[in-house]
Amino acid sequence: MTNKNNQSQPAQLSLADGSHDSLQATLTGDWLLGNGLPDADQVTARFAGASRLQRLEYATPGLGHWDSGLMTFLVNIQRNADDAGIAVDSSGLPEGAQKLLHLAFAVKEREGARRVFKRESFFEQVGKATDEMWQQSLALVSFLGELMQSFARLLKGKANFQRSDLLVVLQEAGAEALPIVSLISFLIGMIFAFVGVIQLQALGAGIYTADLVAVAMVREMSAIMTGIIMAGRTGASYAAQLGTMKVNEEIDALTTMGIDPIDFLVLPRVIALIIMMPFLTMYGSLMGILGGMLVGVSMLDVNVIQYVEQTKAAVGLHDLFGGLFKAVVYGTLVATAGTQQGIACGNSAMAVGQATTKAVVMGIVLIVVSASILTVIYINIGI
Amino acid sequence: MATATPHISVVNVRMAYGDFLIQQNLTFEVKRGEVFIIMGPSGCGKSTVLKSLVGLKSPAEGAVMFSGEDFWGAPESEQDQWKRRFGMLFQSGALWSSMTLAENIGLSLKQYTDLTDAEIREVAALKLSLVGLTGFEDYYPNEISGGMQKRAALARAIAMDPEILFFDEPSAGLDPISSKLLDDLILELRDSLGATVVIVTHELASIFAIADNSVFLDAETKTMLATGNPVELRDHCDLFDVRDFLSRGDADGGPDPNELPQQSI
Repeated sequence: MTNKNNQSQPAQLSLADGSHDSLQATLTGDWLLGNGLPDADQVTARFAGASRLQRLEYATPGLGHWDSGLMTFLVNIQRNADDAGIAVDSSGLPEGAQKLLHLAFAVKEREGARRVFKRESFFEQVGKATDEMWQQSLALVSFLGELMQSFARLLKGKANFQRSDLLVVLQEAGAEALPIVSLISFLIGMIFAFVGVIQLQALGAGIYTADLVAVAMVREMSAIMTGIIMAGRTGASYAAQLGTMKVNEEIDALTTMGIDPIDFLVLPRVIALIIMMPFLTMYGSLMGILGGMLVGVSMLDVNVIQYVEQTKAAVGLHDLFGGLFKAVVYGTLVATAGTQQGIACGNSAMAVGQATTKAVVMGIVLIVVSASILTVIYINIGI
Repeated sequence: MATATPHISVVNVRMAYGDFLIQQNLTFEVKRGEVFIIMGPSGCGKSTVLKSLVGLKSPAEGAVMFSGEDFWGAPESEQDQWKRRFGMLFQSGALWSSMTLAENIGLSLKQYTDLTDAEIREVAALKLSLVGLTGFEDYYPNEISGGMQKRAALARAIAMDPEILFFDEPSAGLDPISSKLLDDLILELRDSLGATVVIVTHELASIFAIADNSVFLDAETKTMLATGNPVELRDHCDLFDVRDFLSRGDADGGPDPNELPQQSI
């Protein structure tokens, strides 16, 4: 029915009052979408005006090609006519159009099926968002509880996961993260050194750049940067992987076999990050110190041995362990956020994307908040 | 004794997501060794009801009993004991994508038995050969076709020689021949394993081919309308909706062919 040739006739509508309180609508030309069709309002406006109008008839002797454009016009009129209690005689329409019109009204609209969108007030939105945040925090806490139980089972030797799985995630979260951790830490070390050299040289204390870089990297920055890298890299990957497994019913398949998905999927991933984060952080500190040394040695009147000696004097074991403890905390938080979002993922591709985003955001927020808390605690207990 | 108590009994079960009611007042029994069909129009909550039977979603009300023991009231360790005696074939197959077929099938054996790796591999190879996938042990799920995935998932479901096999729309996405072969396979497995089979489906051809007994769930009234053998339900059920469903909308000669469809789809 859609045969769009180039010389289509313009669609025209003319209305004429017929006998016995009826209205006759005559359609001529090609009624095709995009052909500048007449508006159904021209007909429906007559329904309201003439209260004596009882019937609507169609006449289509000059109707050429037609497509859905004609049908939307007819359906619009039919709906308005039904509301106004006017009978529509569609026998003048082409047979195909009659059948389609019949089909369009064959199934009554299901009650309550149409969505009504109501505008929410500002306070309603704030309230809902707050409630959602609260629910999410509750979900995270209860997930942490389940994770603790799972750890308890692990200590009792009852948690079942495959050791081969643990090795795979260890490799993914560890060795494969080295390049990006190297790059970021090296650059951060260089940046610290630049700042230090310029500020401290003015006081004639340029050599203390080594202290600045070493203390900052070992105590704080390496753990935070590695944590954020792992949130974007590994936390996101956990959420996406577990989320997809959820969509694919793979997690249900574990549950129906009596295998706890927390033990089987979450535990090895959390353990992997707890083990690998301190190593990566230590490695990141080393890279940062090397970056700082490159800048320090090239910009200051210091040689490598002096720089190394200065660094050795600046950081003690307590600095290192303080940093590594933070790394363990951040690793736990990133892994928990990633796996929790994955397990709580909805059942669609969009939900997997949302879960991944939330996992990264939540991971970074948790890192920054816990970093502040830990720093205050460290200062107070004098580490 | 074993024949006296039904293998599965569902007593007055009500399924809901929060306030949203799915099905209520469900009461039916599945005898040992029976092929039982849960059927009904799309969207009536068949799969949700199945979830309450396999231990994935607890009913809002009512009880699910296996051999007379209440499942959802039991402690978790006992529930796990029961779950090990189930085999479930998911609609999408739900094979673990990070594992080969042999590992998929071997996982539960590895978890719950003391078999050596070599023995587990042999069992996995056997189960694969039962479903016509000999030699595919080392393939990953994404390397084989949808029909093969389904059969591999069936092999995983029967890995532990289950007492009860659950199927969620086994023929969804399969061509008629594969679907027929799967039906035959289900019957053969039932006979050889002596398992009870519960199937959620609306595929009429397989319903009539394999069912001993069935329950019909309705989407409108949100409850069960009838139980019984599907052939008898089709020919003798009092309810038009049930006869109509089982005869593909042709009950009592069907509607006037000139009349356009009036039923909601």
